[in-house]
Amino acid sequence: MNGDRVTKAILFGSSLAILILSAGIVVSLTGGAIPAFKEFGLGFITSSTWNPTTGSEEYGALPFIAGTVMTSLIALIICIPMAFSASLFIAEYYRGTRMAGILRSLVDMLAGVPSIVYGFWGFYALRPLLVKTGLTDQGFGIFTASVILAIMIVPYATSLSSEIISMVPSELKEAAYSLGATRREVIFNVVIPAARSGIVASFILALGRALGETMAVTMLIGNSNIIPTGLFSPGNTMASVIANQFGEADGLKMSALIAIGLLLFAITAIVNAAGKFIIKRFA
Amino acid sequence: MKKLIFLLLVAVLAASCGSGGGNTAKTKQVTLSAAGATFPQPFYNLAFKKYNEEGGPVINYGSIGSGAGIKSLRDQVVDFGATDGYLSDAELAEMPAEVIHIPTCIGAVVIGYNVPGAAGMKLTPALLEGIFLGKITKWNDKLLTDANPGISLPDMNITVVYRSDGSGTTYIFSDYMSKVSPLWNETLGTGKALNWPVGIGGKGNPGVAGTISQSEGSIGYIGFEYANAQKIPMALLQNGAGNYVEPTLESFTAAADVEMPADTRVMITNSQHPEAYPITSFTWVILYKEQSYRDRSEETASATVTAIKWLTGDNAQAVARSVHYASLPQNASDQAAILLKSITYNGSPVLK
Repeated sequence: MNGDRVTKAILFGSSLAILILSAGIVVSLTGGAIPAFKEFGLGFITSSTWNPTTGSEEYGALPFIAGTVMTSLIALIICIPMAFSASLFIAEYYRGTRMAGILRSLVDMLAGVPSIVYGFWGFYALRPLLVKTGLTDQGFGIFTASVILAIMIVPYATSLSSEIISMVPSELKEAAYSLGATRREVIFNVVIPAARSGIVASFILALGRALGETMAVTMLIGNSNIIPTGLFSPGNTMASVIANQFGEADGLKMSALIAIGLLLFAITAIVNAAGKFIIKRFA
Repeated sequence: MKKLIFLLLVAVLAASCGSGGGNTAKTKQVTLSAAGATFPQPFYNLAFKKYNEEGGPVINYGSIGSGAGIKSLRDQVVDFGATDGYLSDAELAEMPAEVIHIPTCIGAVVIGYNVPGAAGMKLTPALLEGIFLGKITKWNDKLLTDANPGISLPDMNITVVYRSDGSGTTYIFSDYMSKVSPLWNETLGTGKALNWPVGIGGKGNPGVAGTISQSEGSIGYIGFEYANAQKIPMALLQNGAGNYVEPTLESFTAAADVEMPADTRVMITNSQHPEAYPITSFTWVILYKEQSYRDRSEETASATVTAIKWLTGDNAQAVARSVHYASLPQNASDQAAILLKSITYNGSPVLK
């Protein structure tokens, strides 16, 4: 048997399966979402009413879109300085030291912790802490969910960025040192520019994870189907409302939930495309 | 190489045939599958386990929610379903064949709260309306302190906790509230999920119970057994007769003292019985009246009906009480027995 042809066939088959899978997801989501879009039109995206009571059913996705975007962006804002410094520490400043090694294994370990565990920790440890600050009554809301999300995505971003930073060719750095540059100057003028596109990509991947995160958010966001009125207001996200409500949903409500799924899919795709664009533009 | 792959294929085929043949030869024991309401899940899990220990078939109960249970029965992928709200006439018409309801026990929804020093709080329908619609926002609101002269309620914000997922518990609670409050009926209505004006959502009964027990100043509605398990204080509610009633198995059974319709489809919330706890409900299993559908065997049909008959019998009802559900009153179990006898397989009765 021709080994090359077998390999080729297997590789081709697997790639085709991925294509068919993603197409299948889009087709079935779109098919399921049609009744909701037929009923509400574009108002589905701009309406903030989510009323499942039979007889006065009305579904709008805006509260969930707002909740998803808010929590993910706040999480990203908290994540960037932490992950950026940690990855520089691991991959450049203390590169090769024992400390950096320990830190790297810890980061990798944190990336593997299931999200429900973060949710638990947030519920029993972080939330009471926020209540003590007096900023919020019960600690449920956008801010708490964002902090947990940030903690969850820091390991991803750190792990990826440090990998990228450590791949910067040492010739470049040595050349800079030989010209008399200080360590700080090397990092900011050589290492970061060389690794820039990879670092941006790692944050975009982290954002993608934050957009779709469900369990930990459900436990902390308060699951209130309103547009958040502030940092400490309860809210809900797209992934969370689907997980919460699909069990008892049927008819129009099921279609509305599927439509939210489709929107989430689209938002994630846009974020990824934006990431690719940024990388191309600045790389 | 070719030969090796061929051999491997043969081995795999032989293995799969072997195991398949072994299964059918080994035993004819039927396994039943059921799915539906989460509200009576603690009861069903324990009862079905006991049934199996007593020699009955294995019953796999998926607690996936009442709506999903109804859907599973409609798609004929389960032997029976379970639901907290009975099927409406419209829902019954959507089913491919006639479906009957068998009540299995009585559950209650209690108002749990977490307020320091407020044990034995009393609530009226008007107060419940005020709290859950967000009009009463402080625990020391005059309306609340007037109703509870013996208790010093703190100056603390009220946090309403509700179910974020669609749920029979929400259905029972909102069915009651719609009966006692015209304003509620107009704004929120009755349903498995509602458009809550205030508060935060917890997922599932455990989620709401956990949120209440972890958050001072919170109040929410939960299944009685979950409040019991977490030792959450429960409010005394003013019933239809004007009495303040504590949630107990006796006060739940008292609520079921109603005229039982032939198909058992009745909501017993807001009972007028003087000792009745007002937020109670039957929970039902649902199954097809004609049991020969798809490719179900007569054994499966018979096992299904026998299992449900056992579930409404004394042994299982004792299990229900042990996990804080009230057992069926006489009129309900009588009616269940009549309904079970009407179930057929190819036209002849399943229960001899």
